Amino acid sequence: MPHKSFVWLCLLPLVVLTVAFFLLPMARLVVTGAEGPHGLAGYLAILVEPRYRATLINTVLLAAATTVVTLVVATVAGMFLQRHRFPGRAVLIAMLTFPLAFPGVVVGFLIILLAGRQGLIGDLSNRMFGEKLVFAYSIFGLFLGYLYFSIPRVILTIMAAVQKLDIGLEEAARSLGASPWAVQRDVVLPALGPAFVASGAIAFATAMGAFGTAFTLATNIDVLPMLIYTEFTLAANFATSAALSVGLGIIAWAILALARSFSGSTVAAAG
Amino acid sequence: MRDRLIFTGQLLFTLLVAAFLVVPAILSISAGVTVNYFRGISSGVTLQWVFQVWELYAGTILLSFVIAFATLAATLVAGVPAAYALHVRAGRLSRIIEEVITLPLAIPGLAIALALLFTYQGFSDFRRSWLFILTGHVIYTMPFMVRSVMAVFATIDIKTLDEGAASLGAPPWRRFRDVIVPNAVPGILAGSLMVVTLSLGEFNLTWMLHTPLTKTLPIGLADSYASMRLEVASAYTLIFFVMIIPLLVAMQMFADQEQKR
Repeated sequence: MPHKSFVWLCLLPLVVLTVAFFLLPMARLVVTGAEGPHGLAGYLAILVEPRYRATLINTVLLAAATTVVTLVVATVAGMFLQRHRFPGRAVLIAMLTFPLAFPGVVVGFLIILLAGRQGLIGDLSNRMFGEKLVFAYSIFGLFLGYLYFSIPRVILTIMAAVQKLDIGLEEAARSLGASPWAVQRDVVLPALGPAFVASGAIAFATAMGAFGTAFTLATNIDVLPMLIYTEFTLAANFATSAALSVGLGIIAWAILALARSFSGSTVAAAG
Repeated sequence: MRDRLIFTGQLLFTLLVAAFLVVPAILSISAGVTVNYFRGISSGVTLQWVFQVWELYAGTILLSFVIAFATLAATLVAGVPAAYALHVRAGRLSRIIEEVITLPLAIPGLAIALALLFTYQGFSDFRRSWLFILTGHVIYTMPFMVRSVMAVFATIDIKTLDEGAASLGAPPWRRFRDVIVPNAVPGILAGSLMVVTLSLGEFNLTWMLHTPLTKTLPIGLADSYASMRLEVASAYTLIFFVMIIPLLVAMQMFADQEQKR
């Protein structure tokens, strides 16, 4: 057998699997989205219908807030961990990265243990102020859950980027009389720009599509994945759920593609 | 003095973040072995909840392992040869294929699951079996295997090795088996760890694809969070941690080793 046909043979199983279980189903999803009573206009519902639009805005705001706070937290902690050597550092890094593979449902449950009806925060606030603080099932609980699975992902990227920084540039700025704050603002943070874009896009796309955490926590918060789920299972509104899924998929994909064109490669994993 | 202050401030902040991530996990582990969580750990330590979980949910744990290893087999059989082909035939078509198989990382699992449901709901035997969940897991984890193996090919001169073996008269499939695969082992191992870890914890796709008879561990977890007492849910989570943390540690050790090279 000539080498060229052997190489094609190597590709064959992957191509068959991808076509049968990804490309065909995706095409079917797009078609289903247009099979509702409004036809192709069903795709506009996500923007036109007030309830769907409100959910979309809600989800985008929540994902954006998660991204910004995660970037700030991960930069402060990541820079510190990469620049200093002290006993216990390896353990601290392990603690900050181990939730990487926790499914969204588990993260939701951990937030319930932290801020739910029998949670630690409620217990402490009850002892200190005589009032039980319970917010696991509100949008703030969801936000905390999204932070929980975003921080480990982002911190690894930031640490890798800090490691590659040229310390000589910072020393040069300092020797020219720049204050520590000015060095951070004018030298370090701009150099980390590509890492912010790449990891921020991952955090945003993951938060947009996160289903498990919302499923465990969001009894009465409207986020896009929960809306799709209820449209599909409770309302049996197949066309709408398909159209909304296509919309969600395009948003998540576009954010990642945009970030990649800015700053090289990005890899996400669902939360 | 000032540096000292900045250092302390940053350390405290980092410790606070670590506490946010670790404390809930510790709460969950301790709740899983506490007689009565409401009264606290002073009510006694017990394994009764773990045993109860085992009685109720052993099937889900078993099915999760079956699906994880079937996913691993499928990603090995389809992913490793494909990584080789995509590497040696680097061109426009290869780039497109790589893009397409990476898409499931960007598209939320919920959307992929709905797409699979709309396409295959007519095939009721297939839809009802665990193989339906398997297809979702394979599509979702495939890019990790392919990329991990391709990353290894990028660091070694696979073409020269391949041509060397060819000049000695070895046919393509033997070269693949005896030269290419042994050289790709680090990437295959790293990819395998990732695939198994992700498959064991996968929820977003699986929740839509499962049936009452094909429940995996994360599905059982969601089930117990909704309907069981806190101690049982925690004990179940504890079992999940015990399964997943060795894999995470292995993955971390592997990454450290790669960095040293």
